[in-house]
Amino acid sequence: MYADLAHFFTVNWLGQAIVILAECLLVTVPLLLAVAYMTYADRKIWASIQLRRGPNVVGPFGLLQPMADGLKLLLKETIIPSSANTVLFLIAPMITFMTALIAWAVVPFNDGWVIANINVGILYLFAISSLGVYGIIIAGWASNSKYAFLGALRSAAQMVSYEVSIGFVLVTVLLCVGSLNLTKVVLAQSGWFWNWFWLPLLPMFVIFFVSALAETNRTPFDLPMSEAELVQGFQTEYSSMPFALFFLGEYANMILLSAMGAVLFLGGWMSPIPYAPFTWIPGLIWFALKIALLLFVFSWSKGTLPRYRYDQLMRLGWKVFLPVSLGWLVLTAAVLQFGGWVPGK
Amino acid sequence: MASLDRTARTFLLSEVVSGFLLTLKYMFKPKVTVNYPYEKGPLSPRFRGEHALRRYPNGEERCIACKLCEAVCPAQAITIEAEPRDDGSRRTTRYDIDMTKCIYCGLCQEACPVDAIVEGPNFEFASETREELMYNKEKLLANGDRWESEIAANLQADAAYR
Repeated sequence: MYADLAHFFTVNWLGQAIVILAECLLVTVPLLLAVAYMTYADRKIWASIQLRRGPNVVGPFGLLQPMADGLKLLLKETIIPSSANTVLFLIAPMITFMTALIAWAVVPFNDGWVIANINVGILYLFAISSLGVYGIIIAGWASNSKYAFLGALRSAAQMVSYEVSIGFVLVTVLLCVGSLNLTKVVLAQSGWFWNWFWLPLLPMFVIFFVSALAETNRTPFDLPMSEAELVQGFQTEYSSMPFALFFLGEYANMILLSAMGAVLFLGGWMSPIPYAPFTWIPGLIWFALKIALLLFVFSWSKGTLPRYRYDQLMRLGWKVFLPVSLGWLVLTAAVLQFGGWVPGK
Repeated sequence: MASLDRTARTFLLSEVVSGFLLTLKYMFKPKVTVNYPYEKGPLSPRFRGEHALRRYPNGEERCIACKLCEAVCPAQAITIEAEPRDDGSRRTTRYDIDMTKCIYCGLCQEACPVDAIVEGPNFEFASETREELMYNKEKLLANGDRWESEIAANLQADAAYR
């Protein structure tokens, strides 16, 4: 009986399909819940920075606020501008949302807890996060509106610029690991928390985080959606569920980049102190805590920093981050080569 | 040397970090928001809120239908009709305030020689329909009965300055 079941789920195509579907649901549903409560945490954090209370009426401590917001967006009318390209207009939020979700396929939640343990995990993550910009460009173009178009242009330029430095950061990490597999990236950081890559590669960690802010269009790089000048940029013409999809995609992307930061620099599922009782805590919880820490800094920076001007943004991306990350990449490579620490040798 | 100092500060993000520390400090300060429906801000005794028609302690209504409030009302929100009552005293038969017209200037209560029409401390009288804001004499007298203690205390507190 047991052998039959094992055979069904590992060999039979239907059984494998069921397993994969279950795994996807197991990742997606908690992720969407996390997105919902990320909006709540965001609002609470900004509120307390500004000495306000934040949502506190719907449910105890306002904990049901995300549900109320979601329900409201579901019940609103989907308005499609008469001059918009209807098909592209509706496809764009789906692309943003899907690219934010499918990237999670390669994220290791614990040792062996990964849907697709592929050997080019970093490359896959990088490719998918670049695809996300298509949703925004298509949204801006299909809306047929000045604000949306300008927002989309800014967003595209910004994401392309900062992806370059994120790319160099990723290359630096994979030089230290000797593999593109994200599970191996985490395993290479085993030991005390100062063995994690954030300390040896501290400048790269900072660059990664700042680029992640730019990549997800968050303050101080939220020019594509700056409400003061572009009235939410590429989201201007969106309402109801398409808007909700953009919103979910944006937050899922933030959580994804925090997860990337946790995997690449904060030792993924590793506990900070490699002894009991800290090792008794499941890796998933450590991983979630690290993501939460990075997400907190995301919200914290939104409550702290003013928005960059467009030329300052471009200058920072191309004239500061690019040379610094390139230089640190060369330095890391040289240290590994001449220090005799090249991994896999 | 100065340029070296500046460059070092730029690369160490010292200003950004100090900004972050400041917001972190503020995050743990007590909130300044008044939690409105559960706690309320202070109101001056001169606060001009919802109108009320008052009575004398013996239950007789104060208003003598002199129509000074109707005359002074800049928004022309007040409508009064009057005729002598059976006992010969002059009283209103109709006293309407259109609360959608009223600008809450307080001239009616200043004009009133007998402190009959006053603006009380109540500001929570939002209604679902427009019609509910067309107050008649019955509603205004009911307001007066409901808010008499607060109104009397306010008038007394402010009497020295009038």
